Amino acid sequence: MLITILFWVYAAVLVGAATGVILARNPVHAVLLLVLCFVTAAALWLLLEAEFLAVVLVLVYVGAVMVLFLFVVMMLDVNVEELRRGFVRNAPLAALVAVIVALELGYALWVRRLGVELPGTKAPLPAGHSNTAEIGTVLYTDYVWPFQLAAVVLLIAIVAAIALTLRHRPGVRQQDVGRQVAVRPAARVRLVRMRSEHEP
Amino acid sequence: MIEQAVPVLAASELRPAAAEIFLLAAACVVLLAGAFLPERRRDQTFLLTMLALAGATWVSSLVAVPERTVVLYGQFVADPLATLLKLFAYGTAAVTLLYSRDYLRRRGLLRGEYCVLVLCAVLGIQVIASAGSLLSLYLGIEILSLSLYALVAFDRDNGVAAEVAMKYFVLGAIASGTLLYGISIVYGVTGSFDLGVLAELVRGEAAGGIGLVLGLALIVVAVAFKFGAVPFHMWVPDVYHGAPTPVTLFIGSAPKLASFALAIRVLAEGLGGAVAAWQDMLIVLAVLSLAAGNVIAVAQTNIKRMLAYSTIAHVGFILLGILAGTVAGYKAALFYTLTYVILAVGAFGVVLLLTRQGFEAEELDDYRGLNQKSPWFAFVMLLLMFGMAGVPPVVGFWAKLQVIRAVLDVGFVWLAAFAVLMSVIGAFYYLRVVRNMYFEEPADREPLQAGAAFRLVLSLNGLAVLALGLFPGALLAVCARALG
Repeated sequence: MLITILFWVYAAVLVGAATGVILARNPVHAVLLLVLCFVTAAALWLLLEAEFLAVVLVLVYVGAVMVLFLFVVMMLDVNVEELRRGFVRNAPLAALVAVIVALELGYALWVRRLGVELPGTKAPLPAGHSNTAEIGTVLYTDYVWPFQLAAVVLLIAIVAAIALTLRHRPGVRQQDVGRQVAVRPAARVRLVRMRSEHEP
Repeated sequence: MIEQAVPVLAASELRPAAAEIFLLAAACVVLLAGAFLPERRRDQTFLLTMLALAGATWVSSLVAVPERTVVLYGQFVADPLATLLKLFAYGTAAVTLLYSRDYLRRRGLLRGEYCVLVLCAVLGIQVIASAGSLLSLYLGIEILSLSLYALVAFDRDNGVAAEVAMKYFVLGAIASGTLLYGISIVYGVTGSFDLGVLAELVRGEAAGGIGLVLGLALIVVAVAFKFGAVPFHMWVPDVYHGAPTPVTLFIGSAPKLASFALAIRVLAEGLGGAVAAWQDMLIVLAVLSLAAGNVIAVAQTNIKRMLAYSTIAHVGFILLGILAGTVAGYKAALFYTLTYVILAVGAFGVVLLLTRQGFEAEELDDYRGLNQKSPWFAFVMLLLMFGMAGVPPVVGFWAKLQVIRAVLDVGFVWLAAFAVLMSVIGAFYYLRVVRNMYFEEPADREPLQAGAAFRLVLSLNGLAVLALGLFPGALLAVCARALG
């Protein structure tokens, strides 16, 4: 009973926040609402007994990705007016396409029936069941090939980003830590012996 | 404590994927070499890349299997088709790199990262060719596409290249999204990613379900985008035109092998039971591609754009072979894809042959009087253009003949007639290049600057087109064995 209530509360917050993400005028608000989305989604996963995924979602997405997003949005200084220009001109066409796609999807999903059997409710897992171990086992057996390939995709993204942005310009002032550490006093301070001035 | 038997990945499971593992390791070595070799020895990354491709060829032929073997929990399929496509991809990549070398060096683009990205693109082709599930297929496509986006933008001082890279990236992201939608719907309906399992599930009654057809339609859209079939072709002319010519050469050749593998793995193998559903979709794509590709190409004055539209027309032919839905059709499409790759590599090779410092031979007028400058390479270009147009005795004729025969066998007489009609229109713009080379006066007297290796390989490329046209039996037999 309590779980059902919690589910509906989180689900309502999630849908509300997701709607807010696309309707918010201020990009920073949109990002913050997206954070709310992730946190409530993590709560839903907890209800589904997927504790590991819930923790990872909060740690990786909220903790790392969204913070980066927020930095980018704040630094880019997005001009909302610029983005909205041409909205009125393109809106009728976009609306037409959206309506057609929605009708087609509606026809496929409701009128003709997808023929998908929804799984019923499952018995709760026994205490001490570790879904971290389950995920680890599956990742390194059934999905070991796609898992490694996903890593290759990330490697290519890194190589591409560096190849496209790294530029060696001459005359850039850079620190060379090795030279800083290896410096000797003689290279920095020159002691000059001077004859002391006599007071007259 | 968790007490369960720990599954162990046996070495025999990894053996069929040895070529992929080798190439990835080699790409990492090239990456490190590019980063740590002193500036004046950076050229050696190029040599290492060639060695990597040669090594991959050796490993692939070492672990080649005579019949279909599924390993790595259904994610990886090793069969003669995969081996053939991989070997072809290594060869194509090696030849394109060889053609590109002078161009890249002159413009300061011959860096380690270029070679790494090419190797990664080849890895993506390998993964797609051997995909056993929709998941590994998708990841292969991403590996290939990401490498290509970066290659298009590689010349950073070139504003046009940056612009088309952005276009390509955005459109490619939409296509990837469409593919994921399609895959998730198919998964929702059938409950499986595995192409072997899907082939069992999608049969008879289940193949006509609207949910499956919805997912299938989205997957076909993604396949059409990767092929560059009309109406999902808008990126092709822009990317071919705007990318540096060596990148155009690469994009125009090797990834077509991946697109073919993608279509065969998903449509013919996984969703083969739903052939009635995807046949109609492919007919629309093929007819539009044949018409738009050939007609619009006539109006082009830039040879890279013209070859882009000609690619679209050729994709129409490949789709014709696939939509026949028979083994003969798949064989014809495979034969067409392989010959198209040989022709495209040669044609862009000639474009690179004529470029020199500060001069890009991109306009059709730049080919005027090539016969007076170099009769031999004018003849090579003549062979390539005849091959693309489908004039006997060059190989393109056999490719078109096989496809049309396969389409006639399944009773689409009007489709075959339409394809022939469009080929006749297409012959016009290929012959215009030939006329420019033989019957016009050259605009300048600059000699060709290509090195001996380039000239030798390009000559062999042109002769291969002629030899395969005179004796198509060998390649036809290879295709027949691959899809046996």
